[in-house]
Amino acid sequence: MAQTGRPLSPHLQVYKWQVQMLTSILHRATGIILAVGSLIIVWGLASLAAGEEAFATFTACAASPLGMIVLIGWTLAFFYHLANGIRHLVQDTGKGYAITSFVRSSWVSIIAAIVLTVLVWGYVLAGGHA
Amino acid sequence: MSKDLRNPLARARGLGSAKDGVGHWMLQRVTAVALVFLTVWLLCTILSLLHADYATARATLMKPWNAVLLIAFVVTMFRHAVIGLQVIIEDYVHTRWVEVTSLIVIKFIAVLAALTGVLAVVRVALGS
Repeated sequence: MAQTGRPLSPHLQVYKWQVQMLTSILHRATGIILAVGSLIIVWGLASLAAGEEAFATFTACAASPLGMIVLIGWTLAFFYHLANGIRHLVQDTGKGYAITSFVRSSWVSIIAAIVLTVLVWGYVLAGGHA
Repeated sequence: MSKDLRNPLARARGLGSAKDGVGHWMLQRVTAVALVFLTVWLLCTILSLLHADYATARATLMKPWNAVLLIAFVVTMFRHAVIGLQVIIEDYVHTRWVEVTSLIVIKFIAVLAALTGVLAVVRVALGS
């Protein structure tokens, strides 16, 4: 896009805050996080192919405190992008555009992401025994 | 008077100003649908390998279905990621040369990463 000096939408500073603004921008933000995180998956696969020592380095990094924080954040980003992505696919069929259902489904995406992340990490931190 | 101001030929070709019609848009949706299933499958597989040792992890990947689905995941995911990142870059990067450079860089990184991932899966699956 050319730099024209004209004001650009969205004018975030003048809008009243609404949850749909958050779900929209979070979908892009989590998309970027997942794109970067996908390189970690490739690292994991490459280490598995490279040998036992390389794989041990990978799992040690993943299990380190910093690794766990990254993985928890990544899980949250993944579940949010998944839930909100399904929401967008439903909206692509033309459904769910009434304001009330648009707001409600926004909250469903956010809450589903948090609940699923808690469930998965509850399972992981419990040692994989549900 | 016709409601549609477009030339009938342009309408038949289905290509707009993007020269690609809705191909890009549709591919983003189709890969999204595939990834709903592939990512949930991958997450379940990873969780089943939580405390697995190296040999178990390799043995899991050597199963043909797991190898096939994993390659499908890697390819689909990077395709989906590139389209998504491209839309974000086109929306927010307003300096033309930065925009074009970013678009090329993300494609190079995505292709290299996807090939690395696929090669890794093939190496493990073939036991080499």
